[in-house]
Amino acid sequence: MSGPLAVTSMRVTLPAATSLPTAVEPSCYSRLTNEWFCGQYLVDRRDELVEATVEHIWITVAAVAFGVLLAFPLALLARRYPRLEATVLGVSTGLYTIPSLALFPLLVPFTGLSRTTVVIGLGLYALTILVRSMLEGLRAVPEEVRESATGLGYGASKLLLRIELPLALPVIMAGLRVATVSTVALTTVGSLVAFGGLGNLIKDGVNTNFRAELLAAAVLCVVLAILLDVVLVLAQRMLTPWTRGASA
Amino acid sequence: MDAGGERMTVLGDAWRYLTTAANWTGNGGMLELMLQQLLLSVTALALALAVGLPLALWLGHLGRGGFLAINISNVGRAVPTFALLALLVTFDFPGRGDFGPYGRAGLATLIALALFALPPIITNSYVAVREVSPDVKESAVGMGMTGPQQFFRVELPLALPLVVSGVRLALVQVWATATIAALVAGPGLGRVITDGFFRTNYGKGIAGAVVVAAVALVLEVIAALAQRAVTPPGAGSPDRVEETAEDPRTLGTPVGSAGG
Repeated sequence: MSGPLAVTSMRVTLPAATSLPTAVEPSCYSRLTNEWFCGQYLVDRRDELVEATVEHIWITVAAVAFGVLLAFPLALLARRYPRLEATVLGVSTGLYTIPSLALFPLLVPFTGLSRTTVVIGLGLYALTILVRSMLEGLRAVPEEVRESATGLGYGASKLLLRIELPLALPVIMAGLRVATVSTVALTTVGSLVAFGGLGNLIKDGVNTNFRAELLAAAVLCVVLAILLDVVLVLAQRMLTPWTRGASA
Repeated sequence: MDAGGERMTVLGDAWRYLTTAANWTGNGGMLELMLQQLLLSVTALALALAVGLPLALWLGHLGRGGFLAINISNVGRAVPTFALLALLVTFDFPGRGDFGPYGRAGLATLIALALFALPPIITNSYVAVREVSPDVKESAVGMGMTGPQQFFRVELPLALPLVVSGVRLALVQVWATATIAALVAGPGLGRVITDGFFRTNYGKGIAGAVVVAAVALVLEVIAALAQRAVTPPGAGSPDRVEETAEDPRTLGTPVGSAGG
């Protein structure tokens, strides 16, 4: 969805492709000219760009989803057993300290040169941010609210799902946005194991000194981060209608 | 399963690479690359501190520019380190030429490192000074302190733990970015990783990763100790900016834009 969208929106800002017969004359991305902005490149390599963008989105979404799946039980555990909290936060901060270019190789013996390696690695980074925001969000629920709900006969799981999670959602979503935007950026490093989405194009662009490819992929990355952020903001507004309007 | 056997081979290769002295010493050995990367990281951090710290502290003192402090972090997060590095070495300037002791594409790497160290430094320092309790500031004024006195005797000491926590985040970020520099033909230890992977010598790549990760953890521990040293006893652990930030969007974002 965002792939073609981003491509067309970029093309608008570019100088119109020359009217020269492209089959004979060097296009703006030939080795001779090697221009940074090249509409012809976007047209000719459209499939490649769309494919890389789709892979990028897929890796990002899978990694963040993996992070959420891990973070939620961990946050609940850390809240339930305060003694575990320091361990959970310590380990996830330690993981975060390891540079991504080093984390992926450390996973390779277990998951091979595969998309899984990148998804797990990025998921572990997202985990750090997500656990903290989930803990903070749940902590921010006022004690009175919790007591009232218990007084009304809410059990532990109903309390969590119907009262605490909705109230914690703004903080959790803030963490989710940060995690998603960082993951989009970090996915590019996956090109080390050949699964980096747009990062593969960036790497190829550097190696072959192909400027149009490099810039297009870099811009697409940033556009993708912004688009996903906007999607999450909209999702949050839909999920928390009570935070909107004067009555909130 | 076949995969199990393969895994053992790769890990064995990595172990052999790490335990072979020749891989550490000599020209282009891991020790030399490690020193090169440490030099790069320290220089970039110093540059970022020289630029970002006075600016952020001053803005925090004035209580202006919060917009800048928050947004610089968000932008830093969205721009891939790798993409920026790739662009810098492909531009005519700074390009991928050697730069003194910083090695191949040294200048481009330094610029990228310094840029990515700025967001945590600026955001944390700004918020640290900004969030000094208004009561304390009022008392300082009431005691007849001048602006600079207020800043150096009251605001700065109270802000210091959070400022140092920003520097700590910047250090993690700088080390990570310096590693990624190798992916675009840059200097440093990351080259052991990329050489290993691009020449299908996975043992070497994994060995490089182990060293990079170990140094990262050591740096983090040193920074954590430094942070503890500047925290007055009884003040609790000053954690990340976001716990005190006013903007709810930054709540729960513990680690800035690090991890690159």
